[in-house]
Amino acid sequence: MPDIAIQVKDLHKSYRQLNVLQGVDFVVEPGRIVALLGPNGAGKTTLIKILSTLLKPDSGTALVNGFDVVTQAAQVRHSISLTGQFAAVDELLTGRENLIMIAQLRHLKQPRQVADELLARFGLTEAANRRVSAYSGGMRRRLDLAMSLVGTPPIIFLDEPTTGLDPEGRLEVWKVVKELAQGGRTIFLTTQYLDEAEQLADRIAILHQGKIIASGTLQELKKLFPPARVEYVEKQPTLEEIFLAIIGQKEAC
Amino acid sequence: MATLQRYFFSDLGVMLGRSLRHLFRSMDTIITATITPIGLMLLFVYVFGGAIQSGTANYVNYVLPGIFLVAIASGTSYTSLRLFTDVQRGIMDRFRSMPIAPSTLLWGHVLASLVFNAISLLIIVLVALLMGFRSSAGILSWLAIVGLLALVTLTLTWIAVIPGLTARSIDGAAVFAYPLIFLPFISSAFVPTRSMPLVVRAFAEHQPMTAIVNTIRALLAGAPASQEIWIALAWCLGILLLAFFFASMAYKKRTSYATNIYQRS
Repeated sequence: MPDIAIQVKDLHKSYRQLNVLQGVDFVVEPGRIVALLGPNGAGKTTLIKILSTLLKPDSGTALVNGFDVVTQAAQVRHSISLTGQFAAVDELLTGRENLIMIAQLRHLKQPRQVADELLARFGLTEAANRRVSAYSGGMRRRLDLAMSLVGTPPIIFLDEPTTGLDPEGRLEVWKVVKELAQGGRTIFLTTQYLDEAEQLADRIAILHQGKIIASGTLQELKKLFPPARVEYVEKQPTLEEIFLAIIGQKEAC
Repeated sequence: MATLQRYFFSDLGVMLGRSLRHLFRSMDTIITATITPIGLMLLFVYVFGGAIQSGTANYVNYVLPGIFLVAIASGTSYTSLRLFTDVQRGIMDRFRSMPIAPSTLLWGHVLASLVFNAISLLIIVLVALLMGFRSSAGILSWLAIVGLLALVTLTLTWIAVIPGLTARSIDGAAVFAYPLIFLPFISSAFVPTRSMPLVVRAFAEHQPMTAIVNTIRALLAGAPASQEIWIALAWCLGILLLAFFFASMAYKKRTSYATNIYQRS
């Protein structure tokens, strides 16, 4: 495995008049969870689509697992998996069939066995033979993430993995993402939620107006801001905390 | 790239398997695709048929080729819908980010459409038999009919791929089929063209549906296919190539934007 999982240099991309990426540079070391933080429309999805070979950049270079995303797209596709913004699962198939399909497309020797292992790992064994159209949002996302793990690609891209999920589903996904990282995989995820980046990532990059304006560990980023002052503020529980307390999800607090 | 070539047929097999599962799990789509043509067949045979001077004793035999074309045109619109859903749900992006031959993403749907339409045409033939359809065609004629209908299906399906990839809404993906469903009506499919006003007749006699209908009608009657079979084949192959070309363009265009449909609307 190369020393650098993802290397991006001076990446530019525009759609007609709209300059989405204006010289993006960053480096991701293997085995890290990196969160790309930015508001809607900052170009997070565009960047992920370039890194996963779905889009070609206008200029600049991007290497993923040591391969160029434009000239060595096939090798890049062998090294990655992509989980898009909307759970990209086949609704008319069952959970097991979805996984078997991906395993077959990755040309694995024992697609059924791979599917059963992942179903067990993601707590979907019971729902395995049900059609995905009957799954809840959180279950779909789990299946979606399980599909990304088929064939154990070393680099995983997650584009806004918790968008559209209820708080419970969000916690579920956070747990899974933390597990994914334990196998020494590199995870590159985008999010618009600060707390999500804080929870999951060991490095954070902030994309704003087409450029990475800050990056580093949470500690490093905190140094960029004025020192903390001590104030006494009455802290009301948030609606999320109330909701989770009521439905008995104590781990949220 | 050599590995992509090596796995082309296994990838295509997986994609076709997926599309066939879709098909057999939504049998209602086959019913929807056959009910309109069967209704039309009933209407033409039992309501209008008596007033139409088709010049044949068996009017069911006369309308059947046209009914086939209406069925295929409405059946292929499901290819548009399924493709549109793939693009919209992000499944297309997932497949494209995997090491598989990109053309299999479209061919899986196209081959499934051939199976879909074969089933729907079979149902229509069974209903036609109940209504008095009889054919003296031999095995070779039947093979020619099946071949021509498969080619027509392939052609119309590749046309259907274009709106499937370019439409901005699910309704937009389906409306392309209406003109195609309507086209057989301005042909020799239901009434002889000689009864039509000059301009309409000129159009009817020189559009592809007439050549296809006349060829199938002759073959069903056990008559040797006239030179019209060559006109029908030329139309189909020509339109097939054009549709394939534009579908490939649409695929390239669709896949060169980051924004998906959710974000655009």
